[in-house]
Amino acid sequence: MKLQTATRIAIHAVLELAADPGSQISAAQIAERYDISVNHLAKVLRTLGRAGLVEALRGVRGGYRFRGNARRVTLLDIVQLFEEVDSVKGASREPGAHTAEGRALHAVLAEIDDTARATLSSITIATMLMLVARQPPTSPARGRSAAGASPRR
Amino acid sequence: MVIVHRNPSNARPDVVVRAAQPGDLPVVVALDAEATGLEKSAYWKERFAWYANGDRGRFFLIAERGTEAVGFIVGEVRAWEFGSPPAGWVFAVNVRKAERLHGLGTILFDAICTRFRKVGVTIVRTMLLKDEQLVMSFFRSMGMMGGPFIQLEKRLDP
Repeated sequence: MKLQTATRIAIHAVLELAADPGSQISAAQIAERYDISVNHLAKVLRTLGRAGLVEALRGVRGGYRFRGNARRVTLLDIVQLFEEVDSVKGASREPGAHTAEGRALHAVLAEIDDTARATLSSITIATMLMLVARQPPTSPARGRSAAGASPRR
Repeated sequence: MVIVHRNPSNARPDVVVRAAQPGDLPVVVALDAEATGLEKSAYWKERFAWYANGDRGRFFLIAERGTEAVGFIVGEVRAWEFGSPPAGWVFAVNVRKAERLHGLGTILFDAICTRFRKVGVTIVRTMLLKDEQLVMSFFRSMGMMGGPFIQLEKRLDP
C-alpha cells in the first residue's frame, strides 16, 4: 500500500506534534526534519486543524500543537482526511466491472481493502509513537536518526 | 502464585492477578456477557474445566481488586498446529467496562506473557474479528503486529 504524499506528511506532522503534546512546533521545524515543502505542509496542517487534530498558535513563540487524544486517534482517521482507503468503492463504474471476471477481481481487491482498513483503524497515534521509539537508529551516513534527530524522544 | 501489580502509572492500585478458581465462573460469565451481549455459561464452564486441570502452558487468570474480580485473560501454549512452533495464544481478554482505561488489560496481558515466557515460548498470538477495533487497538498497543499466518475461510453450501 502506498500513501499519497499529503497523507504521509500529515502522519509525520501528527507524530511529531503528538510526541510532545505540551510543546509548540513551527511548520518550518517539521518541514526541515522530514525534508518536505513548507507550503505543502502548511496546507496539510490546515486540513488537520479543520479536523481538530492540531491547533495553530499565534505569537512570537507560535507554532502548532497536537490537540487530539493520542490513544484514540488512529492512522485511519488521518488517512481518510486525504485519500480514499476503499479503493474498490467506485470500481463498479470501471470497464469490465459488470463481468464475472470484474466481480471476481472486485472480491479479491475488497479483501485487501478490508485488511488495510482494519490495520489502519487499529493503530493509534500512541501505538505509532511506541513503534517509532522501538526503531533502531539509522546510520548517520544515511541521514538523521529516527530516535536521535529529535531530542524529545 | 499471586502477584500484586502497581503499574502501569494509570493503573488503579493493588491489582492482584491470580489463577482462576471455580468460584470465579459466574463473574467471568457476567463480564463476558457485558462485553458480548451473550451469556455463555456452558462454554465458560467447559473452559474452566480445560484450564483448571493444571496442565503446564494453560492459563486462566483473574485480575482482582480488593475481593472483586474485575477482569480476566485466557490463553495457552499451542504447538505445531498450522506448522507453528510452540507459541502462546491469547483466546480472551476482558475488563469490566467501569474499570477500563486504568491499565488492567495491560496488567493481564503482561501477566500471561510472563507465564508464557516461563514455559519457554517467545511468541504470543491472538486472533480477532477485523471490526473489533477497540480490542485490536488494545493488542496493537501491547506491541502486537500482523504475523506470518493468514486466516482463510469458505462458506459451505448445504
